[in-house]
Amino acid sequence: MANLQELLKAKSETILEHWFDLIIATYPAESVQYFKRTKDAFQNPVGHTIHREMKAVFDELLTGLDRERVSPFVDRIVRIRAVQDYAPSQAVGFVLGLKQVVRKALAKELEAAAGARGLLDQLTDFESRVDELALIAFDIYMACRQKIYEIQAQEVKSMYYNVLRRADILCPIPEQEEPDMPPEK
Amino acid sequence: MATQTPKPQEIAKGLSHQPPSENWMDTKPEFRSGMYCHPVKVASLEGMGGAFAREWNPTEADWKLPADWKGIVKDGLKDRLRRFRSFQVFMDICVRCGACADKCHFFIGTGDPKNMPVLRAELIRSIYRGEFRTAGKILGKLAGGRKLTEEVIKEWFYYFFQCTECRRCSVFCPYGIDTAEITIIAREILNLLGLQIDWIGTPVNACYHVGNHLGLKPHTFKENIEYLLGDIEENVGITIEPSFNRKGAEILFVTPSGDVFADPGIFTCMSYLILFEYLGLDYTWSTYASEGGNFGFFTSNETMKRLNYKMYAESKRLGVKWILGGECGHMWRVVHQYMDTMNGPADHLEVPRSPITGTVFENAKSTKMVHVTEFTADLIKNGKLNLDKSRNDHYTVTWHDSCNTSRGFGFLEEPRYVLRNVVNNFYEMPDQTIREQTFCCGSGSGLNAGENLEQRFRGGLPRANAVQFVHEKHGVNMLANICAIDRAALKPLMDYWVPAVNVCGLSELVANALVIPGEKAARSTNLRGEEINDLREEAGLEPIEWPEEDEEGGEAGEEGEE
Repeated sequence: MANLQELLKAKSETILEHWFDLIIATYPAESVQYFKRTKDAFQNPVGHTIHREMKAVFDELLTGLDRERVSPFVDRIVRIRAVQDYAPSQAVGFVLGLKQVVRKALAKELEAAAGARGLLDQLTDFESRVDELALIAFDIYMACRQKIYEIQAQEVKSMYYNVLRRADILCPIPEQEEPDMPPEK
Repeated sequence: MATQTPKPQEIAKGLSHQPPSENWMDTKPEFRSGMYCHPVKVASLEGMGGAFAREWNPTEADWKLPADWKGIVKDGLKDRLRRFRSFQVFMDICVRCGACADKCHFFIGTGDPKNMPVLRAELIRSIYRGEFRTAGKILGKLAGGRKLTEEVIKEWFYYFFQCTECRRCSVFCPYGIDTAEITIIAREILNLLGLQIDWIGTPVNACYHVGNHLGLKPHTFKENIEYLLGDIEENVGITIEPSFNRKGAEILFVTPSGDVFADPGIFTCMSYLILFEYLGLDYTWSTYASEGGNFGFFTSNETMKRLNYKMYAESKRLGVKWILGGECGHMWRVVHQYMDTMNGPADHLEVPRSPITGTVFENAKSTKMVHVTEFTADLIKNGKLNLDKSRNDHYTVTWHDSCNTSRGFGFLEEPRYVLRNVVNNFYEMPDQTIREQTFCCGSGSGLNAGENLEQRFRGGLPRANAVQFVHEKHGVNMLANICAIDRAALKPLMDYWVPAVNVCGLSELVANALVIPGEKAARSTNLRGEEINDLREEAGLEPIEWPEEDEEGGEAGEEGEE
């Protein structure tokens, strides 16, 4: 019986290349070439980060899916997309695109396995993990957005704190040795 | 069974996010919350005599442009093409080689082609061709020309307020086209239609009428500094009594008002106060020229001139010999590149000479203004500061070259010299992200507003990416710089991208390392009120033995002296 994991490993280069293309194609056409061509991690942090982290994510998907282990990789991609001009679905949708890429890469093998459940069952398992990954990406996306709002609120809060402090209308609570409790009856 | 298996293209088919392929002239910007700055308040614009002050909203279709807006823009362009030779050259000379295309932090962070410097300039160049040049008038798009429409004005507002005038692109242009100057002109023209952002317009008005961007009135400005003096007394244990508006002082000190008011700038401000006290410097603050920054620079050259003049007028009124300036970015670009031809030479002042070392700052012969970092570097070079750099050992520092001081002022070695003398752990970010090639914080040129935080985060991505690299490789936990906007902008930027890294001004590290004669127990806390030995313990370092608390108690001692 064909082993999906081995097939994916063997074709990983093609799969990653197509997955990368799919993600990068969400940027305007004039910019795609730059994101693909520029290899320098500092001149092209977006393209470089996506390339590096999706490889790590894919390796993780091959063996299972450990949320804790995979999250930092997904975080680095999603953190970028969370501040770019994307709707939430667009920011995390690249994860689901992997299903399309994998099916395309395995078209022949799937055709040959028609009727036999083995490979398809394994593929279904794999795709469930991709779905789970999409949910993880969504959690991270929300955490990033939450962070933006927190920072925004913090900026305002610290400004007001400085105003109040300067206006000398804050009453500092002195540190107390023991809590000031009402006497027990 | 197999026939029920979906085809690849049927999977997630609703998730095709490929943007439509259109000519750039046909795409329009979308004014989404978080991606643009709010329009200027009517009162602020009127306060500066600005044209067409009105309530308007970028997200609405009608921007309430003046009736003859087209004529105003065309005349404005024509006038500037005539007056500024550089602008005319920049309009004609670009061969669209693309060397600048991927050098803009906003392009790198957004992937929006109109943030490529070449295309940003093309937004205005295409109008120049389409409205002023014969080929462009006749052939239109074919000759790279287009007609002036309201959509073009909206596009200008969107993209010229998404350029921080950092000039990184100009470093790579074989013709030396300075896209920042194109942005400056574009903003001037937008101003003619009353299209200004509030984060620029309101500070400019406040600075012009009150004295500083924040609009702190003279007594409030003074009280703010006095508040910092209270913090110094509590956290460092020294009493300082600086002077304000004192006629006859040797030096006038001017710094951005952000240093006086906002975290973490106030720690830099406290550091200046400590350093000057240590030296016994004969200097004074001004509550009128209480702003080093110059947001007029982001408005029009006339406004820049008006605000810059204030410092010099005040130096004349007070009769000082020269001006010492604090850690600011664009203030120094204005002083270094524009002051001399706008308001200079400052003949009422003397060529700055350090009263401590005797060094004469020949480089400031005309502007008569010296940067506090240069002043400090000279003190260190002449052995005038007792520094114990191990006091900063709990920090692993990297250096952010601010765009204006590095590219606009040529200040590359001086801050590094100071830094190496006050910290043991200093690691540079990669070469292509520092010095002349430094990446902008993403918030310069008046874009550090609160409402466009996302825009700032993506603009600051390349900077943050390089910081993340040194954080992971060397454990960097402090990002030092000499710019008030950097201090304000990099803090939230780090919170989002590299939360383990904090931000400080260079002078703060100097003050930390300074061994003050007769140090008291209070020295065991830093300017931020943190116990230094706690920070050292976290970093796995031996504690410092600070002076013991005076048994009589600080207050009793002071009474005794009286």
